[in-house]
Amino acid sequence: MRRFSLRSLVTEAINAHQGWQRQWRAPEPKPAYDAIIVGGGGHGLATAYYMAKQHGMRNIAVLEKGWIGGGNTGRNTTIIRSNYLYDESAAIYEHAMKLWEGLSQELNYNVMFSQRGVLMLAHHVHDVQSFKRHIYANRLNGIDNEWLTPEQAKAFCPPLNLSRDIRYPVVGAALQRRGGVARHDAVAWGFARGADAMGVDIIQNCEVTGIMRGVDGAVSAVETSRGTIRTRRIGVVAAGNTSVVMERAGLRMPLESFPLQALVSEPVKPVFPCVLMSNAVHAYISQSDKGELVIGAGTDQYVSYSQQGGLHITTHTLDAICELFPQFSRLRMLRSWGGVVDVTPDRSPIIGKTSIPGLFVNCGWGTGGFKATPGSGHVFAHTLATGEPHPINAPFTLDRFSSGRLIDEAAAAAVAH
Amino acid sequence: MLLVTCHYCGARPEIEFRCGGEAHIARPADPSALDDRAWSEFLFYRTNPRGVHAERWNHVHGCGRWFNALRNTASDAFLATYPAGGKRPDVATGGK
Repeated sequence: MRRFSLRSLVTEAINAHQGWQRQWRAPEPKPAYDAIIVGGGGHGLATAYYMAKQHGMRNIAVLEKGWIGGGNTGRNTTIIRSNYLYDESAAIYEHAMKLWEGLSQELNYNVMFSQRGVLMLAHHVHDVQSFKRHIYANRLNGIDNEWLTPEQAKAFCPPLNLSRDIRYPVVGAALQRRGGVARHDAVAWGFARGADAMGVDIIQNCEVTGIMRGVDGAVSAVETSRGTIRTRRIGVVAAGNTSVVMERAGLRMPLESFPLQALVSEPVKPVFPCVLMSNAVHAYISQSDKGELVIGAGTDQYVSYSQQGGLHITTHTLDAICELFPQFSRLRMLRSWGGVVDVTPDRSPIIGKTSIPGLFVNCGWGTGGFKATPGSGHVFAHTLATGEPHPINAPFTLDRFSSGRLIDEAAAAAVAH
Repeated sequence: MLLVTCHYCGARPEIEFRCGGEAHIARPADPSALDDRAWSEFLFYRTNPRGVHAERWNHVHGCGRWFNALRNTASDAFLATYPAGGKRPDVATGGK
């Protein structure tokens, strides 16, 4: 792998940029691997990267049915924060946050991580009480989160409408200054480039069509659209398609897949300095470096794999955006799209073993998985490499739905997130 | 927005309905006889198929009645509706 540096940039500028290499190979699948990761999104590629980097496993492959980063990694609104209520969630999202803070240097790839602050608006007394509880819980876990009055929120995010005669006036806000955004494609590409350089085979256009088991019951191979590949260890990181992949191993999952939509406006000059979200009126907004306002909507109510959702879902979000920011009401929306998110009953992910030896799963990130990408990959790499969960993902077992030890962020946030 | 055909009222826009999730999940007759795993199956585990899905819908802003529908989750095309508690019809997958 050729490292990016000022020197390489100057050299290539002199040589008319003729010397840049492919960022990763396009290898043919080998007959067997030590481990196979099903799903080449951010989480799968991060898993492969940390397996190679931290655990020395080089004979591994990432199988992606489409192209890498073409699923939810390329479809989300790139919000990164770690101010979750419960200790288990706080630990894993803060683990990810710490990795984000050094990720561009780690990968030698600019993921454009920008800690511009994530502002969460409170609109009524329940929000205020809930957010303050979050703030105190976060501080006990060493995570920054602070309470702002409406005027302080306006100072931090000047476009905000503080009028008292909107339907849900702003009565305060919680601010995580270390929160922000990153360039989602760069995250996939950076991890892919780093993993490939250490020998990981990234195989695109390779759909897993079956999971085979040996006489001992453990996994023995995967059948793919490019032939059968033997392996004793499989990590399924297939996001919205997890139920479909796991069904091929005969397992039902506590998951439902819903469409989740996002949209962007026409590009405008810098008008929006932070990330702003409101669970109560359901608005998520930030501005990309291209100038588009990036807006996240909610999930549809029905199970679907269609990667599109209802227009009334996006208009509901735009109603809220236009109340909070009346000046945006004249902006035209350029594009909207949908992804398929796998949602667990408690809105927390599942990262760990299954009842089948050698089969591991990292799923259920629901509507908020992007922020966890490096942390998720890091702890899942540990799980796959050692066969046992990392202390950080130990609580996120599949068994918790039987034992009752749920990590109920659904109740904590009162919204999908 | 989906055009949902209420089993009783006919085709109406989706905003008149609430989707009640997967159909044919019967509450066990004697919950205390189940082990944790079986109870968890009832509460949390779902088929979540890519293809034909049997699901419950409530025409909440219309006649208020529940009914079941078969829908292809890859194309979102409705294939059949039938009364709540009825037997799942045998239909082709429809759509892509």
